[in-house]
Amino acid sequence: MAKKYLDNADMARAISRVDGRAKVMGAAKYAAEVQLPDLTYAVLVESSIGQGTITSLDTKKAEWAPGVISVISHLNTPGVPEYKLENQDVIQKQLRVFDDANIYFNGQPIAVVIADTLERAQYGASLVKATYKKENHLTNLESNLSRAAVPKKAKADPKGFTSDFIRGKAGAYKDAAVQVEEEYIQPSEVHHPMELHSIIANWEAADKLTLVDKTQGSQQTAASISKSFQLPVENVKVLATYVGGAFGSALRVWPHEIVAILAAKKVQKPVKLVLSRNQMSYMVGYRPHTLQKVALGASKDGKLVGISHESYGKTSMYEEFTENVLQMTRMMYDVPNIDTKYRIVPLNVSTPAPMRGPGEATGSFALECAMDELSYKLNIDPVELRLINYAAEDPDKKMAWSSNYLKECYRLGAEKIGWNKRKAEAGTVQDGEWKVGYGVATGTFGAFRSAATVKATYKADGSLLLQSAIADIGPGTATAMTAIAAENLGIPPEKIVFQLGNSTFPKAPMQGGSNSLATVGSATVAVCTNLKVELAKLAAQQKSGWNNAVPDHVKISGADLVNSDETSAKVSLASLFSQSGQLEMVISGSAAQGDEKNKYSFYSYSVHFIEAHVHELTGVVRIKNAVSVVDCGTVVSPKTARSQLMGGIVGGIGMALMEEAVIDDRTGRTVNASFGDYHVPVNADIPQMEMLFVNERDEHLNPMGSKGLGEVVIIGVAPAVANAVYNATGIRVRHLPITPDKLI
Amino acid sequence: MIENKSQEEQGIKGNSRRDFLKKSSVITAIALTPAAAVKASDLKLDERFSDALEQQSLSIEINGQQHELKVEPRLTLLDLLRERLKLTGTKKGCDQGQCGACTVHIDGVRTNSCLTLAIMHDGAKITTIEGLSNGTRLHPMQEAFIKHDGFQCGYCTPGQIMSAVACINEGHANSETEIREFMSGNICRCGAYANIVNAIQEVKAGGKI
Repeated sequence: MAKKYLDNADMARAISRVDGRAKVMGAAKYAAEVQLPDLTYAVLVESSIGQGTITSLDTKKAEWAPGVISVISHLNTPGVPEYKLENQDVIQKQLRVFDDANIYFNGQPIAVVIADTLERAQYGASLVKATYKKENHLTNLESNLSRAAVPKKAKADPKGFTSDFIRGKAGAYKDAAVQVEEEYIQPSEVHHPMELHSIIANWEAADKLTLVDKTQGSQQTAASISKSFQLPVENVKVLATYVGGAFGSALRVWPHEIVAILAAKKVQKPVKLVLSRNQMSYMVGYRPHTLQKVALGASKDGKLVGISHESYGKTSMYEEFTENVLQMTRMMYDVPNIDTKYRIVPLNVSTPAPMRGPGEATGSFALECAMDELSYKLNIDPVELRLINYAAEDPDKKMAWSSNYLKECYRLGAEKIGWNKRKAEAGTVQDGEWKVGYGVATGTFGAFRSAATVKATYKADGSLLLQSAIADIGPGTATAMTAIAAENLGIPPEKIVFQLGNSTFPKAPMQGGSNSLATVGSATVAVCTNLKVELAKLAAQQKSGWNNAVPDHVKISGADLVNSDETSAKVSLASLFSQSGQLEMVISGSAAQGDEKNKYSFYSYSVHFIEAHVHELTGVVRIKNAVSVVDCGTVVSPKTARSQLMGGIVGGIGMALMEEAVIDDRTGRTVNASFGDYHVPVNADIPQMEMLFVNERDEHLNPMGSKGLGEVVIIGVAPAVANAVYNATGIRVRHLPITPDKLI
Repeated sequence: MIENKSQEEQGIKGNSRRDFLKKSSVITAIALTPAAAVKASDLKLDERFSDALEQQSLSIEINGQQHELKVEPRLTLLDLLRERLKLTGTKKGCDQGQCGACTVHIDGVRTNSCLTLAIMHDGAKITTIEGLSNGTRLHPMQEAFIKHDGFQCGYCTPGQIMSAVACINEGHANSETEIREFMSGNICRCGAYANIVNAIQEVKAGGKI
């Protein structure tokens, strides 16, 4: 049988990134790089306490400094109209910018200085002095577990993912022959996309606002801002043509964006505000520090009897943040008895945000490490243990999977990494001064789609322009859409331009939760189909053989429109355009979710295999090889998909080995708020890896046969690394990151 | 190489520094006279003085084009490029010399432009990503980054490419391990490292630079 899966070699044949040229030439304009006349610069002043109130704010020196145009604080803010409204959302309550003198976390914006140059704004900001009435702050999760609370969200939605859940019998693991009961800690982890969060705010009229902004959703930012400033949504235009990474940090409007808009209102000029790398650590979210208690029980032959799983994550004092830590536990394995509990602990910190593989990445670390621990207790191979407990249907929703090629993922990955080299007894393989081990873990993330529209402008010169409001934070959305349209229509990719990141373009969801391809891809297929129907209608006026043309059989071939059912019916595109009397055809296509989610359970899957070498004296961990296999349905754009998977593995290695945002509980301040102190993987940390795709269609989610990719690629990487380190050393690290001090 | 240059060639000009001290002492004299000081302060005179006097001359060649500029001493080379000259291809990723996104070539040597002041480079020749291609014809390293997909979001890419070109020119691209080590000053949060290494190896093997 011919090989269906895609491996590293297949990428060479795929189309390259359509925005690649602009990116390698430095011509791609990110948010802070768009030029506007009379641009001014804003720099934030932050609180230096973790809890209390501002008693005085001296802004005089800053106001007198050369070039400073204005200083804004709670004393003179133009105000955010939404803050005065009744009936605000009490669960998703945002930090109210400059609304009063209250301080909720160390690093909270308390003032902004606007000047004619960046240097003058920076200097001005250094001159603002605040005094405070300081109160005790709480920043430590483990010592404040007594404050853990059921989320308000759970009370509002008792069937939601944050509510207490029981399937079968609670605590059933206690009756099982073999048990694992452990605690796992995921520290706070910061997104740190390479582009600093940036915004240019420009009031074009008293009720008309244009923002050039780093956001994962141009229309969602426009909607949120229009609500905050009580403007008609069509009066707020948001541009996010290029976004330099985000990983979840740009899924919502943050305080600095509100500040820039207030500042632009005050100075009546466009204002640019760029966060510093330090501010990126605590102003735009982070994966929350989470403690998990997991207990597994199994029979001696490896069949799971029960799982109990509790999660305690931190949130801010003013806003509730929850994420889907426990979902994977509910659906991953065929287990009769499951109970889960989700709690949050409000602390004097800024609000967390979803970070790549939100919730699931944290949950899979605990679940998949516990499965590994169980495999050693049972003396069953960890891959075999997972196959024994493979769920043939979704045990959570009691539904059939839309598609599930997990077994193929395990088989392919084990073969490629050479799993047979792994020794069942930990700490027994040595290579010089290095201890060698292999680990495996599974990831999964729900696949879904929402509603979108794509507009097409097809011109007589054969070029096709497609437009959608979707943002592209890096995965290559325009490239994938171009590939879809090229395949569907028969137009060469270089004749297609896909424009995005503009709130005035047709409706699209945020780029998050792995739904861009499924959603906007479906709308792209729809608009291509509509275009072919229109072209066929015109053709039918010229020739027979077009009256009942099936869109799937109609293609553009060079300068002609062809119908594979009626090969003699070919007509020239030029004749169709002249017949229509137009130089271009403008047409839209929309797609939305149907009732598929009532029939099937939709998930993407990843299986990660890691070979780790641990230095016996220093405890340094080197990843020697990584093989990841993903079931994300059909791969539309192999080259960019492979890079997305590669990025997920690299992110997971960072999560496993180095990333931890540390707060000094004495001051409540993040102490490693820079790339010098907060370590992320660099080139020397990352080996050549093998990225594989099962590439089997999912027949039920969308016309492309695709599921989602961006999230699932990081989920399961960290536990695979932790399991490999255990196999190498016999040391089980349950508190990420696995730094050398924990291994010596 | 910078270390082989005289102070003059490096742009640290003695007379500029003296000028600045002299001008500063004028301001100090004004400030020491109580009545005058109050008045000067009210009119922001000292600030206006320093504003006018602290602008230093800078003669710098960027991508083959000569620029004669007046800049504040505190202006970094990165902010000169991005904010004054609108050459935004060079990226600000940390402003602390820790990420490499702002890498440019100063007289052929790769440098973090955020960590160096513009006035330190009087007389220097700077190459940024905008100056790497020959018009619309891409540099082989730019072509290789596209072919091997050495990026996703593209924000670190100009810095990676400038660093990659220098890495080969320095003779630090002789093996995969060596490339990984000498490219570790450029962070890519999208994690395209393995593709970046492939791109550099291909360009090195092609011998075009």
